[in-house]
Amino acid sequence: MADGKAGAPGAREDDVLEAAARWRREGRGVALATVVETWGSAPRPVGSHLVIDEAGSFLGSVSGGCVEGAVVAEAAEVIAAGVPRLLEFGVADATAWQVGLSCGGRIAVYVEKLT
Amino acid sequence: MDLSLLEELNAERAARRAAVVVTELGSGRQRLVKAQGVAGDPLAPQLAEVLRSAKSTLLTLGNERLFLAVEVPAPRLVITGAVHIAQALAPMARLAGLDVVIVDPRTAFATPERFPDVEIHAQWPDVVLPKLGIDAYTALAALTHDPKIDDPALIEALARDCFYIGALGSRRTHAARLDRLAANGVPREALARIHAPIGLDIGAASPAEIAVSIIAEIVGELRRRPTVDEDQSGRAA
Repeated sequence: MADGKAGAPGAREDDVLEAAARWRREGRGVALATVVETWGSAPRPVGSHLVIDEAGSFLGSVSGGCVEGAVVAEAAEVIAAGVPRLLEFGVADATAWQVGLSCGGRIAVYVEKLT
Repeated sequence: MDLSLLEELNAERAARRAAVVVTELGSGRQRLVKAQGVAGDPLAPQLAEVLRSAKSTLLTLGNERLFLAVEVPAPRLVITGAVHIAQALAPMARLAGLDVVIVDPRTAFATPERFPDVEIHAQWPDVVLPKLGIDAYTALAALTHDPKIDDPALIEALARDCFYIGALGSRRTHAARLDRLAANGVPREALARIHAPIGLDIGAASPAEIAVSIIAEIVGELRRRPTVDEDQSGRAA
């Protein structure tokens, strides 16, 4: 955990962007998911990050737990294919019962591979 | 995202400098704009706005959608006075996501036993604050009641444009403080930035309740930064 303390006051052990770089340096396949747009009462603000590795480990949050499972699944495909995806989640989705936002908001999440 | 771009971004964050990652969502093309490099950028007005508001945003330019992800330094709270209120305020501030630093030259107060897991400096503020690199992403709460400790910290915080500056003490104490600081050459308009008596007026009585009022006031300053439009209408009013 020494790495998490290496930087300045801003570097925390739970720092998502530090973890993303560290995981990639360790040779893992890594994807970064970022909330790029929200409508209504979205649980996490635009700019929130979730980092995912090829084994499905993740750190951070894009929705406070509502759609993380779906983002992690999409991230595996982004890591495999290398092509970024723009995902939208909301109550109107066909998959709402599985991954909908119980708060009634909608969010757009950009998922990209760290290369 | 390229690992090299991410590491350059993380280096800026570690140095407490703001930066923006610009992503073309269509093509996936990305670039990093450091805060000091905004002026010459084609997106300068939009970049300046996201840096000022600290809010990332999606832009549509022609038929290209651009995401501006702004990363500003983690907010930090510097407390002068390793006092009872600070013992309640430090853990609350950490829960709210602020890094906490306590400064008090009185070695009987500034002990790790009283402040477990908090960065603590048993030194005078005018010695230690310049080394901490306090900045616009730093809040200062001056809690000692002792002008010898609080005044130099307030002067440094005003000079460094801290986003929140609060000082403990009654209105009478504060009036005397303002006179001292003005005599030290601090401009009157800068003095108006000091929140005193410190904290939201919720009738707080105990040290923990006063800490609640202080952290609430700090979060208010951090999150209710006006947009450019509000700022301009505020000035016009």
